[in-house]
Amino acid sequence: MHPAFSVIFLTTLIGAGQGLFLALYTGQLFSVFKLLPAQDPVNFYAYGGLLVLVLLVAGLFSSFFHLGRPERAWRSAAMWRTSWLSREVIVLPALMGTVAAWGLIHFLGWNPVLLTFRAGVEIDLSLLVGAIATLICFALFLCTGMIYACIKMLQEWATPLTVVNYTLFGAASGFMLATGFAAWQGTGLVNFYGGSAVVLTTLVFLTRAASLYRNSRLKHKSTLETAIGIRHAKIQQKAQGAMGGSFNTRHFFHGASPAKYRSIKWYFLVLVFPLPLLLVILGMTMQISGLLWAAFLVQYLGLLMERWFFFAQANHPQNLYYQTV
Amino acid sequence: MTQLALVIDLNVCVGCHACVTSCKEWNTSGTAGFLADENPYAKDPTGTFFNRVQTFEIGEFPNTETVHFPQSCLHCEDPPCVPVCPTGASYKREEDGIVLVDSEKCIGCSYCSWACPYGARELDENQKIMKKCTLCVDRIYDETLPEAERKPACVMACPTEARLFGDVDDPESEVATAIRESGGYQLMPEWGTKPANHYLPRRKASITIHEDELVRADNPLKKERKLPMPDEDDPTLDEITSW
Repeated sequence: MHPAFSVIFLTTLIGAGQGLFLALYTGQLFSVFKLLPAQDPVNFYAYGGLLVLVLLVAGLFSSFFHLGRPERAWRSAAMWRTSWLSREVIVLPALMGTVAAWGLIHFLGWNPVLLTFRAGVEIDLSLLVGAIATLICFALFLCTGMIYACIKMLQEWATPLTVVNYTLFGAASGFMLATGFAAWQGTGLVNFYGGSAVVLTTLVFLTRAASLYRNSRLKHKSTLETAIGIRHAKIQQKAQGAMGGSFNTRHFFHGASPAKYRSIKWYFLVLVFPLPLLLVILGMTMQISGLLWAAFLVQYLGLLMERWFFFAQANHPQNLYYQTV
Repeated sequence: MTQLALVIDLNVCVGCHACVTSCKEWNTSGTAGFLADENPYAKDPTGTFFNRVQTFEIGEFPNTETVHFPQSCLHCEDPPCVPVCPTGASYKREEDGIVLVDSEKCIGCSYCSWACPYGARELDENQKIMKKCTLCVDRIYDETLPEAERKPACVMACPTEARLFGDVDDPESEVATAIRESGGYQLMPEWGTKPANHYLPRRKASITIHEDELVRADNPLKKERKLPMPDEDDPTLDEITSW
């Protein structure tokens, strides 16, 4: 498939935004149970929520460039019964709304206690709204992943690993960002977020390696024989019906040289996994917040390449019809 | 149930591209707007086509066979492009099984083209909406046309009648008979899309001839003999009629 930058930015930006929200909310949840120190509601949660919103909005903005007719985008919420894309279109604004509400509750301090448990654990409104936002957050990961995983013709994508990878990549980059954010805020959460980012990055390394391994052994169901229905071991295309290019030759081929295609894979494998891990561990031990920000930025850059490779690796069966001019 | 479809006879198609040009000519004047045709006479021409004829070579020289392969939307009975559409612009008509795109609803996200394994859908360069074969839905029901012309433009244009059009669900129809009796098959059956369009395979007419059938073993009149002609006195099976 041809990697579209609009979709690459959409998926990486909202992934990081969702991950950051999960990180912020995990911090809040743990502080309720006195496992982590409570944070300043305005500086940490409200501004953190704002950062989440900025990422989500930037992702949504970038997605419009993927549409031929962006002015009709509102129509895309119609078919949520059958289309994962439609579901994402509903869930993304829902997440924005809930995160905005969550941030606003913290910002205004309008945070009444709803329930008090005997051990002094207080469930306030922001915790409830945050729990709803967390559910929506996972629903969004599911929608984003399923947009790709549900297309069985693109066998490289049609695996539960796609959903797992989208979720874990988002969470890892979000926690990585949260580490920098926590250091910048001067909170005591740097090691908690940094440690979680290390664990998540290691986890997603395993699942992404699993999908790379799966795809390297993939046997495509469609062949030239099934494409034109002629049973013969030697079939060669001689003409594709047009001398110039067409949508079919532009949209379904990545167009990069084999060398570039292979090198992108190694770039992302280095930029997403070992380098940010090194930077974040160094940043935590040496207490340099610049390294923590760098860890996120390097990983994000790597994720752009990972997403490029994700698209480029998918081999559409229609390409069988477009092998030669 | 009615399922309109094309049956394309690969045994007859000569790869003349008449169906391609006829399709483009008819559909560029359609209600959904003209079909893009960028740089038609310049470098890198490109444009939207609903139908393309491709050419494949089967086998290895000198034992090769050329197959011209017309390719358009197959109007699947279970079209994978329809459920993925987020706006409902992509739909399959209940009454005749034609898969269409509502040009007023399409947002041009190209997601349906990912789901179609055949590459039958093309995003129009100009209008930025998805376009595809309509089976000339604006032609086949047009009562101002003579009844014989209420067929898709590609079918009308085909000089060798390689393209048949009709209801594949009606067992008495020309297309259903052709599929049944001439080994009609579907493309990429592995995806379970159940394409309505079928293709008829290349067929070779062959008979087995034994050597004794080439030479007349019994030749009472001594005709078709090798020169020189036999002597008149030579015995024959039939003395009376000998020359």
